[in-house]
Amino acid sequence: MAQNTTVPTAGHDEHHHENTVVFGFWVYLMTDCIIFGSLFATFAVLRNQFNGGPTPHELFEFGGLGLETALLLLSSITYGFGMIAAHKTQISQVIMWLGVTFLLGLGFVGLEVREFAHMIADGAGPDRSAFLSAFFTLVSTHGLHVTCGLIWIVTLMVQLMGTTEIPERMMNKLTCLSLFWHFLDIVWICVFTYVYLASMI
Amino acid sequence: MSNPNTSSSGESHGSVSSYLIGFVLAVILTVLSFGVVMSHSLAPTGTLAVLSVLALVQVLVHLHYFLHMGSGSEARWNNIAFVFTVAFVSILIVGTVFIMANTSINMMSR
Repeated sequence: MAQNTTVPTAGHDEHHHENTVVFGFWVYLMTDCIIFGSLFATFAVLRNQFNGGPTPHELFEFGGLGLETALLLLSSITYGFGMIAAHKTQISQVIMWLGVTFLLGLGFVGLEVREFAHMIADGAGPDRSAFLSAFFTLVSTHGLHVTCGLIWIVTLMVQLMGTTEIPERMMNKLTCLSLFWHFLDIVWICVFTYVYLASMI
Repeated sequence: MSNPNTSSSGESHGSVSSYLIGFVLAVILTVLSFGVVMSHSLAPTGTLAVLSVLALVQVLVHLHYFLHMGSGSEARWNNIAFVFTVAFVSILIVGTVFIMANTSINMMSR
């Protein structure tokens, strides 16, 4: 146990020197925030321009939205457990939690793609009205980010397989993905509140 | 959890209990958001106001418990970048909505 405690201490000291990587990624996330801000502003302006097409009350349903929200929220906490395991250098645990996070994220993307497919099949595609153009642009930009996050999770899982320790470089990658994944969940809070629920009042 | 680093590392990357607290708070806030819309118990303006407050609180919960934003000296530049972004995005969204609402009133397009 005495030997065990020295390892995280050493890792933690390095963490202080090398967090420019994580800070750089944080700055990227802030720019991403501005992209989403622009898309939210666009949606806010166009949300009532239906052009005689379907309205949110006909398109959105609580069940699917609740399930998507639950999956993304659960994936946030499972990634958090993965990070805790990473700080304890329990690599098999990290891979397991990353796997669970991947499946939850995949479920989210699957539900979203199915929702989009149903809408387009019903003639409510992005070309129907300004409201739907803004809706598809905003929500699919978020979905695309989640898909990139899924690819990233698989990449890190493969890189972690067969290793016995987590070097600082790997820890930085895991920390950046952690920030990315939790950031996407925050964007989703704004999406389900302002895009879905506020349109269903 | 008897690790001597818990006090310093606990702030920057959290513990099982802090993640669970954040998760439970997020679930409660999400359920309240859905509940207030599904129950139709408030007027539309009131519902929108309650939704906004719930979303803001939930964003703060995520920032604190999941992204571990804090006030430590190493977090200073992260916080400065964050405050700048929040100000920028607020001006962007409020300004856009204000100008476009004004335009549509003057053009009588709604």
